[in-house]
Amino acid sequence: MVELKRLEAKGVRKRFGPTLAVDGVDFSVSAGEVRALVGENGAGKSTLVNVLSGVFLPDDGALFLDGEAYRPASPRDARDQGVLMVHQELALAPHLSVAENIFLGTEPTRHGLLQRGEMRARAAAALAELEHDDIAPEQKVRTLSLASRQIVEIARALILEAKVLIFDEPTSSLSQPDVEKLFRLIGRLKERGLAIVYISHFLEEVWQVADSFTVLRDGRSVDEGQIAEASASAIVKSMVGRDISELFPRTSRSPGDVVLEVEGLAGMDLPHDVSFELRRGEVLGIAGLMGAGRTEMARAIFGLEPVRSGRVRVGQFESAATPTMRLEQGVGLLSEDRQGEGLAVTRTIAENLTLSRLPRWLRPSDLDAAAAEWIAKLGIHSRGPRQRVEDLSGGNQQKVALARLLYHGLDVLLLDEPTRGVDVGSKAQIYELIDALASSGKSILLISSYLPELLGMSDRIAVMSRGRLAPARPVNEVDEEQIMQEAVS
Amino acid sequence: MSETPARSASPWLSTLGPLIGLVLVYLFFALIGPDSFTSIRTLQTIARQTAIVGTAALGMTLVIILGGIDLSVGSIVAMTSVVVALVLNAGGGPAAAIVMAMLAGALTGLTSGTLVTRLKVAPFIVTLGMLLLVRGVAKGLAKEQKVDAPLTWLVELLASLPPERSFMIVPPGVWMLALLAVATAVVLRYTRLGAHIFSIGSNEKTARLCGVQVERVKVIVYTLTGALAGVTGVLQFSRLTVGDPTVAVGLELDVIAAVVIGGGSLSGGEGTVTGTLVGAFIMTVIRAGTSQMGLPNWVQEIVTGTIIVAAVAIDRWRHRRVEAA
Repeated sequence: MVELKRLEAKGVRKRFGPTLAVDGVDFSVSAGEVRALVGENGAGKSTLVNVLSGVFLPDDGALFLDGEAYRPASPRDARDQGVLMVHQELALAPHLSVAENIFLGTEPTRHGLLQRGEMRARAAAALAELEHDDIAPEQKVRTLSLASRQIVEIARALILEAKVLIFDEPTSSLSQPDVEKLFRLIGRLKERGLAIVYISHFLEEVWQVADSFTVLRDGRSVDEGQIAEASASAIVKSMVGRDISELFPRTSRSPGDVVLEVEGLAGMDLPHDVSFELRRGEVLGIAGLMGAGRTEMARAIFGLEPVRSGRVRVGQFESAATPTMRLEQGVGLLSEDRQGEGLAVTRTIAENLTLSRLPRWLRPSDLDAAAAEWIAKLGIHSRGPRQRVEDLSGGNQQKVALARLLYHGLDVLLLDEPTRGVDVGSKAQIYELIDALASSGKSILLISSYLPELLGMSDRIAVMSRGRLAPARPVNEVDEEQIMQEAVS
Repeated sequence: MSETPARSASPWLSTLGPLIGLVLVYLFFALIGPDSFTSIRTLQTIARQTAIVGTAALGMTLVIILGGIDLSVGSIVAMTSVVVALVLNAGGGPAAAIVMAMLAGALTGLTSGTLVTRLKVAPFIVTLGMLLLVRGVAKGLAKEQKVDAPLTWLVELLASLPPERSFMIVPPGVWMLALLAVATAVVLRYTRLGAHIFSIGSNEKTARLCGVQVERVKVIVYTLTGALAGVTGVLQFSRLTVGDPTVAVGLELDVIAAVVIGGGSLSGGEGTVTGTLVGAFIMTVIRAGTSQMGLPNWVQEIVTGTIIVAAVAIDRWRHRRVEAA
């Protein structure tokens, strides 16, 4: 392999508030090379490629493109210099045609007039080169499948004569035949001399498509090498092998009767097949990668998303239900999207905390008193019940969302990423709270992408992969590497 | 983060801005307008004119806090004014006429609410359709002409007070507005329904997550708004003493303006009854002031338009400043 580094990053650092998302990463990719970037959720992959493609300016470190200093000020700037990203959520204008999208922002003009003929011809040529002449340049993008839209993005890269192409989870919404087509296409791009960065959760994909790999963990590059010389288990080990710094309280408990029973649950899209039992006084951890269908599973159980088939039994209730009914049955959901769904951030703490259980006639002073009680119990840092939620820190906001479930007096808590975006101090408090709740007989379904947390808090763990939930196993019978292996399979 | 000063959640403070605006507008006309502007008589006229916009605006306040909009209000007012005349002609008493007008309005609102929630069509589109549809119904019911009706006490609702009842200070229609305003404010502040309306407007997903029956609340709010427009139709009938299917064209825009001037946000989650009333008063004071100064109608329209845009711009600017602080 020719060792001319096409794109190189040295000691790149990027900080968001108190978190160091990328902490001194060295990374490089050569012309004609496909380099896989792997790591757990939150390891810093997205931040790194966002720095490479000009979305974020690095706080520290240097970038080089073909040996020259490279410091993109914006995605547009990066694109002009030849570094392009094919997005996870595709960045196309659905109402415009394929050709218009390919040339968006770089439309050829003559005397100020759009050269539509030229656009169409060059778009058709690029699509033909990608062996996708099934896509017509005149077609509106919204009529295309997701796989075809991705091809349009790649065609854009050809037109712009990109040097580096970054794929961020390109297969997350593709069918198996489309994935194989994409891999063949990546092979051709490689032959054209493009340098390709490939982010994926799925190790088998990495094996199929990549030449080399870099493993990120906690914002650092911890391992790299050639795929041909590596083993999957070694890569998994370097993905998860960190020391567990937090303390996870777990009182020994003896779970009681089954309170929530799910059998063969399938949603409209995800999940495909979920069965489990949740007992009184138990924490059941659900591991898996983003997009595996864990959130959809919780939402389907809670009645927020339609159920295609399967059954959910809560105590003696057995039928599909709305969130209103689930709350009456004693089941509550903590949303993973705290700002967008979990809380009405422009309303006050008291309003948010009491919303699910309001009497017909309100006495604002009573609601304030109830809120004040929970503010004290959970140690929510605030200036009182009338403070707006948006003025609180992430950790305190999350405590308000949790306090709502407790104020409601629920027995079954579906907690979706309860510590995401929460500072370390609040995390520890949330762990203590979860433990105390389980000990007092509540049943908790804990969805988390953070393995140490799952291993530290759960009594049993089940792994979800591509919409299917594997049978739950006692926590002392599994380790991080096994879980990771199952999740990426 | 928790140390940053938060804005106060008190509804009184957010009404303060529009209230200052009202005082300024009034003082402006009191100073440069004719002496007659400050007379008790003018104040009574202002109060009477506010009754119509204000009553309809109470319902609109609920809809706007919910994050919706209702463009059919003017048409409902026209239709229900016709309904009142028809009921009186058919030998029904004034009480029956009021009830029928409210029912007709509520039915229209129920239809809008059901369409919004079942078809998941934007309320702007649904109520735009209802605006035309209900106007058509009004004209059909009235056979495309004004409908005369026997004289009853209904016409006294917004008439000048006779001397023997001057103890009432303002006509009964204005008292009705006051009563309905208090009721609406109580619903918003002291009932679960009110809290649910605010939560849906603020974040519909959160409301759903918390078991709020979002669709049901929306239907209730549109129905209430329709019923209040029905009451407005009764007041409109009282002003004109006939049922007029062509009246109140564009009233919905005055009503929306009143809510927005009063601090309501078209993106939902914000608005107060007091603010809305102040907004309605601002609009009528401008109207009364400019007409007493003998300014032509087109000047009134320019002034009103400017005030609306200015009021909202100031409100947003104030919001941004607080958020930046």
